[in-house]
Amino acid sequence: MKSLADLQAIRAKTLENINMRKEDENAARVVIGMATCGIAAGARPVMLKFLEEIKKRDLQHVTVSQTGCIGMCRLEPMLDVILPGKEKVTYVKVKPDMVERIVTEHLIGGTPVAEYTIGAAE
Amino acid sequence: MRDLSLHLLDLAQNSITAGASLVTIRISIDEKGWLTMVLADDGKGMSPELLARVTSPFATTRTTRKVGLGIPMMMENAEKAGGSLKLESEVGKGTTMTVTMDTGNIDCLPLGDLSGTLLSLMMTNPLKPDFLFEGKTPKGECTFDTREVRSALGSDIPLNEPEVAAWLQEALNEEINPILGGM
Repeated sequence: MKSLADLQAIRAKTLENINMRKEDENAARVVIGMATCGIAAGARPVMLKFLEEIKKRDLQHVTVSQTGCIGMCRLEPMLDVILPGKEKVTYVKVKPDMVERIVTEHLIGGTPVAEYTIGAAE
Repeated sequence: MRDLSLHLLDLAQNSITAGASLVTIRISIDEKGWLTMVLADDGKGMSPELLARVTSPFATTRTTRKVGLGIPMMMENAEKAGGSLKLESEVGKGTTMTVTMDTGNIDCLPLGDLSGTLLSLMMTNPLKPDFLFEGKTPKGECTFDTREVRSALGSDIPLNEPEVAAWLQEALNEEINPILGGM
């Protein structure tokens, strides 16, 4: 069983990570569209898959957040990957089984997965 | 929307946008199979004028375009399943949405992955607001309160830190799935 007491230990470790990230110039962001259209198209399992991959690979420099509808509902689920010093890359019609490649090739390797991007879809 | 948990993920965002500090979600299923879902917040509330037209697909507070489908789609799904969607709101106090459905109706949506919805809400709103979830079915009761989590963890730590997220995911599954899973 999970107990609230576990959280004390997590606190100490997490504070350390937060402070390290503040100084980390590699901090990366994943921003997932989670308005009505994104959710209906399947954004939630995509987001949960990102969390799973980030935890599995211990990617302390990556944060996942959400945004609203940007007006291209037919391409949902959509997400942006923003690496420091680079232009943001927008992925479209993302399915959970595409997430592993985005994490390994783009977030870790630095090279966008071209065939999943909005440029390839349009 | 394929299930109730996805509607909930969508509609809870309205409460968050309204500046709520606590979002309360209650889901109960009684012995006769009537499902009641309450989504209550202490956000900025709606004026009587907005409240009167908010169930229309052509009402929205956003400025990018003129449609908002979250509430109308929930309403349609509730009514298809023999139930209803009701809203109460007061400016400065908050808004309460009550959705009822007959789970014996063939058009009733499944509950879906409620712990996944709650985790998604916490991950995408890691510092504010707090979420209180209460579930009740003939199998028993369950409750999850992020205020308790924050008081043990410290309110300065965002809930989307990977270690915290992993704890939340397991804790939510353990608490909620035995009562509301698979319904």
